[in-house]
Amino acid sequence: MSKEFLFAKSHEWVQFLDDTRARIGISDYAQSELGDLVFISLPEEGDEVAVGETFADVESVKAVSNVYSPVTGIVKAINENLLDQPELVNSDAMDAWFIEVENISDRGDLLSEEEYKKLIAE
Amino acid sequence: MKLIFEKGNLNRGLDLMPECDVPVTHVSTGFERKKELNLPHVSETEISRHYTKLVKRTFGVNNGFYPLGSCTMKYNPKINDEIARLPGFSDVHPLQPVHTVQGCLEAYQLADKYLCKITGMDAMDFQPAAGAHGEFTGLKLIWAYHQERNDTKRDKIIVPDSAHGTNPASAAMAGFSVINVPSTAEGFVDVEALRKVVGEDTAGFMLTNPNTIGLFEEHILEITNIIHEAGGLNYYDGANLNAIMGVARPGDMGFDVVHLNLHKTFSTPHGGGGPGSGPVGCKELLVKYLPTPRIIENDGILTFEDKNEKSIGRVKDFYGNFLVVVRALTYMMTLGSEGLKNASENAVLNANYMMHMLKDTFDIPFGNGRCMHEFVMSLEKLKKEKSVSALDFAKALLDYDIHPPTMYFPLIVHEALMVEPTETETKETLDEVIAIYKEVYNKACNDPDAMHKSPTTTPIGRPDEVNAARNPILRY
Repeated sequence: MSKEFLFAKSHEWVQFLDDTRARIGISDYAQSELGDLVFISLPEEGDEVAVGETFADVESVKAVSNVYSPVTGIVKAINENLLDQPELVNSDAMDAWFIEVENISDRGDLLSEEEYKKLIAE
Repeated sequence: MKLIFEKGNLNRGLDLMPECDVPVTHVSTGFERKKELNLPHVSETEISRHYTKLVKRTFGVNNGFYPLGSCTMKYNPKINDEIARLPGFSDVHPLQPVHTVQGCLEAYQLADKYLCKITGMDAMDFQPAAGAHGEFTGLKLIWAYHQERNDTKRDKIIVPDSAHGTNPASAAMAGFSVINVPSTAEGFVDVEALRKVVGEDTAGFMLTNPNTIGLFEEHILEITNIIHEAGGLNYYDGANLNAIMGVARPGDMGFDVVHLNLHKTFSTPHGGGGPGSGPVGCKELLVKYLPTPRIIENDGILTFEDKNEKSIGRVKDFYGNFLVVVRALTYMMTLGSEGLKNASENAVLNANYMMHMLKDTFDIPFGNGRCMHEFVMSLEKLKKEKSVSALDFAKALLDYDIHPPTMYFPLIVHEALMVEPTETETKETLDEVIAIYKEVYNKACNDPDAMHKSPTTTPIGRPDEVNAARNPILRY
């Protein structure tokens, strides 16, 4: 499995498993901005996701935020652990994937880890 | 602290309740209660001490400064309660024949007249019991308008990204889907972005003006015109009306329907169950869709009219939270039109004074040194450099016996604190609070660790908000 993470400007990460499959989560910066998560809603297996469109939402004690898909494809699996334990995202955002997408046909403008770090430092 | 149910003793009682003075009737067989109702059995001393203790643990406008942005926590004059207590208003029942409650219906008519004058609308409806209830009702009017014109593809409500959370929620509840428009770097609705999202599916647009940044939308006429030209209607969220009473009217800005929060702008009790009141006002083109029953005059008698096929129907069991409307009416009649205008002007003046005095200490990202009735500070720098968040800052204010501002809203400002002092605070209070804000800011810079431990003087420290949200226990 490739270890490389790519990032969307809207603070999601993508880890490509191969050319057409990837896992998606939210960045460590995003979880720290949101604060303690209390609820996560995820799509269902088989749902379509599209670049820039909402596929999940996360609720913290501060606010509810949309999570946008960095790729276009079909949801192959969802991380059901997050439904009962949203705190997993706070403890390790890069490990707590939200969904796995297959049949990826498009991807948005994605940043390398270094570029993303620059963006959030601004 | 013990609950009232955990106090007392079965043999104990008190004389506060009057003797039953009506015949006791038996409920239908089969519906009788098998067990005695679990009511408190406490003495008058116990009950008095219990509630006094609760009062001490709570905080309201009667206790101190309460600048909760977008909530307009102004002082509620006692005369409002005095008038609402008059037996003609308080000893009535909603099912009484209308000829016995003409005065009450007249009070509704008067409130209708004044609120129409303030908002530039043609009619008011007092059924909605709170702001979000008003939003839902107003959006249903927009829905009915398009339905009647067979324009059924209009299913999108546009809201700015700075909107109150209730706006998109009410739109979704009323059956619409929601489109967000971004704000400009200056904090206004992005007019060009708005132009791009309107079209044949636009049902309406929701806005509060001044907006949630505390700025008056400079291009308001252009904005409402874009929506009208696209075939949609404009909805005014009255949350921020306190900035413009007697100065500018939503009706003149191009809005077709509004809701007001009497519990904000018109000084009726707020929070802790209120109850609220969220009347909906509209222009002539929407009047026929207003909820039934409507109060009308028939042969010199005020009465409820139920027959109207175009109405969206009833939205509340009885007609509105009547005594709240009486309080709001008292407020309007006490101040008069000049007084209401002065109230708004002073609300804006107080906010600008605080903002000006705080601008060298705090980052105030919008408005170029000017605001309407509220302003937004960002504590992003403090969080980055000292790990002191807006939450820590707000908690530290509790130790000074003042209520913190609204936190983390609007969402487009990071580490936001939104301050709305209202017109009912004196300059001395504002000066005191300004000094406290600066002192707490210095403390945050010099001793950030202490900030994480605050508050230390309140009955409870920091409640476990996360656990409360994840595992709520909602009943005793």
